[in-house]
Amino acid sequence: MTTIPTDLDRSFREAAVAADLLDAGYDVVDTPIGPLLVAVTDRGLLRVSFTAGRDPAEELESLARVAGPAVLRAPRAVAAAHRELDEYFGGTRRAFDLEVDLRGQAPFTLRVLDELARVPFGATATYGELAGRAGRPAAARAVGMVMNRNPIPIVLPCHRIVGSNGSLTGYAGGLELKEQLLRHEGVIL
Amino acid sequence: MMEDVTRIPPFESFYTANAGEVLAFLRRRLGSDRADDAFQETWLRALRAYGRLQHGRHLRAWVLTIATRVTIDTHRRAGEPLDELPELPTDDGRPAYEELAFLTDTLPAKERAAVVLRYGYDLDYDQIAAALGSSPDAARQAASSGVRRLRRRNP
Repeated sequence: MTTIPTDLDRSFREAAVAADLLDAGYDVVDTPIGPLLVAVTDRGLLRVSFTAGRDPAEELESLARVAGPAVLRAPRAVAAAHRELDEYFGGTRRAFDLEVDLRGQAPFTLRVLDELARVPFGATATYGELAGRAGRPAAARAVGMVMNRNPIPIVLPCHRIVGSNGSLTGYAGGLELKEQLLRHEGVIL
Repeated sequence: MMEDVTRIPPFESFYTANAGEVLAFLRRRLGSDRADDAFQETWLRALRAYGRLQHGRHLRAWVLTIATRVTIDTHRRAGEPLDELPELPTDDGRPAYEELAFLTDTLPAKERAAVVLRYGYDLDYDQIAAALGSSPDAARQAASSGVRRLRRRNP
C-alpha cells in the first residue's frame, strides 16, 4: 500500500479549504480535558465532541448527515476555534467569539441554546432557571435533554447548568469533566 | 452489519480508503515528480463533484477515472503525444468491466470511459461528467456515440 507523504496530504487538505470545497472541516484538538473533535462549516462552529470511547467513523457520518458529505479533516478550517479553545483552557479567555452553526435544531432547542450561551464564565444556572429564560418554566426536564444533546459543549456552556439543589446532575462528557470545567472557572474550589 | 454501499460516505473516509492507490496509479503513469500535482488535482476534482453524486457505488472506479483524466491533461499540457489508450482502472470485484473490455478496447478514450462507466458501472451522467471533466450532456453524448460506434462494428 502506497502511503501518502505528509506534505502532499497536508497540501491537498489546505487546498480544499482554500478553494472553499468543504461542507465541514474538522480536526481533533488536544486539550487538558482530552482530545476534542472540532468541526466548522461556512456558517460557524458545528460540533465539539468528546472523542473518548466514540467511533470516529460514526462521528464523521454524523457530521455528514448534518452538513453534507464533503467532510474532511482540515486543521486550517478549525484554526480559529482551536485558538479560542487553547485560550480558554490557558486561562486567557472567558467568552468565545465564534459563530455557531445550529442548523436543523428545533425552535425550542434554539431558544434554550441561545439562553445557555448567555450564562457567563464562572456562573451557573439551574435547569429550571434556563427553562424559564427560554419561555417554558415547567420544561426543566426538556432542558436537561437539550443539554445532553448539546452539539457544541464548552463553547455553549452546558457544564454551567446544575440541579436545583446545586448538584452537578449529569454531563455528556462525564461528571468528572463537568467538575473539572467548573473548577477551571472557579465555581468549585 | 452489512455496509450500505449505495450511501455516500464522508469524503474523509473515501479519501483515506483510496488515496494510496490513486497515488500509486499516478506515479506509474506520470513518474514521481509529476504525480504530486496530479494527486492534488485529482482529489480536488473529486471533492468539487462530490456533492452532486447520487449514490456511493463504484467510488473507487470513479476516482481512478478522474485520475486517468488528470494524467491525460498533464500529458497534453506538456505537449506529449497520447498514442496509447489511457488505462482505465480495473476493479477486481466488477466483472462488468471485464465483460465490456473486449468490446470497448478500440473506442476513442473518452467514449470508452463513458461507455464503461455508464454500462459497466451503472454511474449516472453527473458522475461520469465529473470523472471525465466535462458536462453531463457531453458525457451522455460520448456514451451514446460510443454505443453507436460499437453497433456499427458489432452488428
